[in-house]
Amino acid sequence: MSGIFYERFGHNKLAMTGSVLVALLFLAALLAPVISPYEPDHIDRYHVLEPPGRLHPLGTDDIGRDVLSRMLYGARVSLSVGFVAVGIATFIGMIMGAVAGYYGGIADRLIMRFVDVMLSIPSFFFILAVIAFVGPSIWNIMIIIGVTSWMGVARLVRAEFLTLKSRDYILAARAIGASDMRIILRHMLPNSLAPVIISAVLGIASAVLLESSLSFLGLGVQPPMPSWGNILTAGKANIEIAWWLSVFPGVAILITVLSYNLLGEGLRDALDPRLWERR
Amino acid sequence: MLFYLSKRITEIFVTLIGITLLSFFIIHLAPGKPTDVLTDLNPKITPEARARLEKYYGLDKPIIIQYLLWAKRVVKLDFGDSFSTDSRPVWEKIKERVPVTVSINLLSMLLIFMIAIPVGISSATHQYSLYDKVTTVGVFLGFAMPAFWLGILLMMLFGVYLHWLPISGLKSMNYETLSAGGKVLDLAKHLALPVFVSALGGIAGISRYMRSSMLEVIRQDYIVTARAKGLPESKVIYRHALRNALLPIITLLGLSVPGLIGGSVIFEQIFSIPGMGQLFWMSVMQRDYPLIMGLLTIGAILTLIGNMLADLCYAVVDPRIRRR
Repeated sequence: MSGIFYERFGHNKLAMTGSVLVALLFLAALLAPVISPYEPDHIDRYHVLEPPGRLHPLGTDDIGRDVLSRMLYGARVSLSVGFVAVGIATFIGMIMGAVAGYYGGIADRLIMRFVDVMLSIPSFFFILAVIAFVGPSIWNIMIIIGVTSWMGVARLVRAEFLTLKSRDYILAARAIGASDMRIILRHMLPNSLAPVIISAVLGIASAVLLESSLSFLGLGVQPPMPSWGNILTAGKANIEIAWWLSVFPGVAILITVLSYNLLGEGLRDALDPRLWERR
Repeated sequence: MLFYLSKRITEIFVTLIGITLLSFFIIHLAPGKPTDVLTDLNPKITPEARARLEKYYGLDKPIIIQYLLWAKRVVKLDFGDSFSTDSRPVWEKIKERVPVTVSINLLSMLLIFMIAIPVGISSATHQYSLYDKVTTVGVFLGFAMPAFWLGILLMMLFGVYLHWLPISGLKSMNYETLSAGGKVLDLAKHLALPVFVSALGGIAGISRYMRSSMLEVIRQDYIVTARAKGLPESKVIYRHALRNALLPIITLLGLSVPGLIGGSVIFEQIFSIPGMGQLFWMSVMQRDYPLIMGLLTIGAILTLIGNMLADLCYAVVDPRIRRR
């Protein structure tokens, strides 16, 4: 199995590009203190809104901070929000999906109705409303994105469980007296991981996008903590005089989201046997 | 068909109750009382006055009772008065903004449909061609593009550098003096960028799904039969295949309604368009809590109406649904 996986994944150029880019992004975020030319909060009063040049490779913002340094530190924010939010969503989704799929009946109906309710709320409205009350901060953003995006995972896990439930090896496990917990955790969940992993990787892409939109609106990561979204807020305010403030952070978001999407699609090709014969 | 409809309407009603309950509980259980907004700014307020205010908004009662009282008023479209300085009824404030947001969303849905479906079909029928590859790259880029960033870039290009399009608002200063044709042109110029920006993600997503849905359908036996009996390719694709390939797309369009409504916050904020999204953003910034609750409810109702329309289209296209 893993042999086929590596072969299919390795030969997929887009998937490889995606994973290399994701790795580079993580490296840049980890090494931010080493490679950024300035401290992210360092204010250079003599070079406010300076275009890209020798001193500041990507220019400075409206109070004279180095854009490149802020973007490198911003990468930490985006990548960790994506990771933690999706972790939370996947955890909730797996529990909900497993309970609904394994026990069926009333539990299934209640959970699926709840999923429908969550999917019918314009989630961006909902997220903003909650932020209005709990206040914007990086931790709140992670939690709120997590608890509003688990529904896809729940549906996937439930569907997998429904087909797995009647497999012989599950019946065998039950016959020798394995507990529900053991069957779910040891036998069924590991066998339904493939679609969950794919959707988690794609989910990181949308969480990164969501965080940057929230920060852009001033309801996400709060200044002075740098984030790609809140650099863009300054970009919009100075749209007529400072193109670099708008262009570079946006490119960073675009590349990050794109690489996660490519990685996710590549994993889908490599992990989903139904797609194999077609290519 | 009637049975199907009534079943769907009941389901939608239950969902609506679920949504309002959920929003109500979360907003009420969140730290910080809604009346804090009114009292924090006033250092002279006494505990008695604060209690009176809480009583006025019913905050001293158990939460279930509060919800029921709220629901009873909402049925009559009474969402209470806004906390902002104008203190206008919430429903009035929302009412004047709904048409703006709904028409922009309808326009962008139309744009999504007009671009994504032909693009999806042609890249499926020319699988692996140069055209297919180019559109695939375009789809990935469109999908990864942060809408608000694209909005800023287009504003910079068309508004600031080229001066072709206005960068904010719905109407020009001299709108009232323009002729009928001039008014339409003026609106169109103001709407071009917001509609395109809000549609882009949908165009990318739906054309991708259209492609895979079409690829799936044209492998079916009945398509082979249609080709074998000598029908022209255009007839095979547009009469036989398209109908079935469209089914999942209709569901998807229904599902994309909440995204469009939620997304309106972003592009209305960027382009300063006086719609629901902008109102929502302002209400969040001011913690204007009756207004937040009212907008959440109206947003949910619009979403459910969108879903129901999608269901109806589905039933029209697919006779099997009607008999269920």
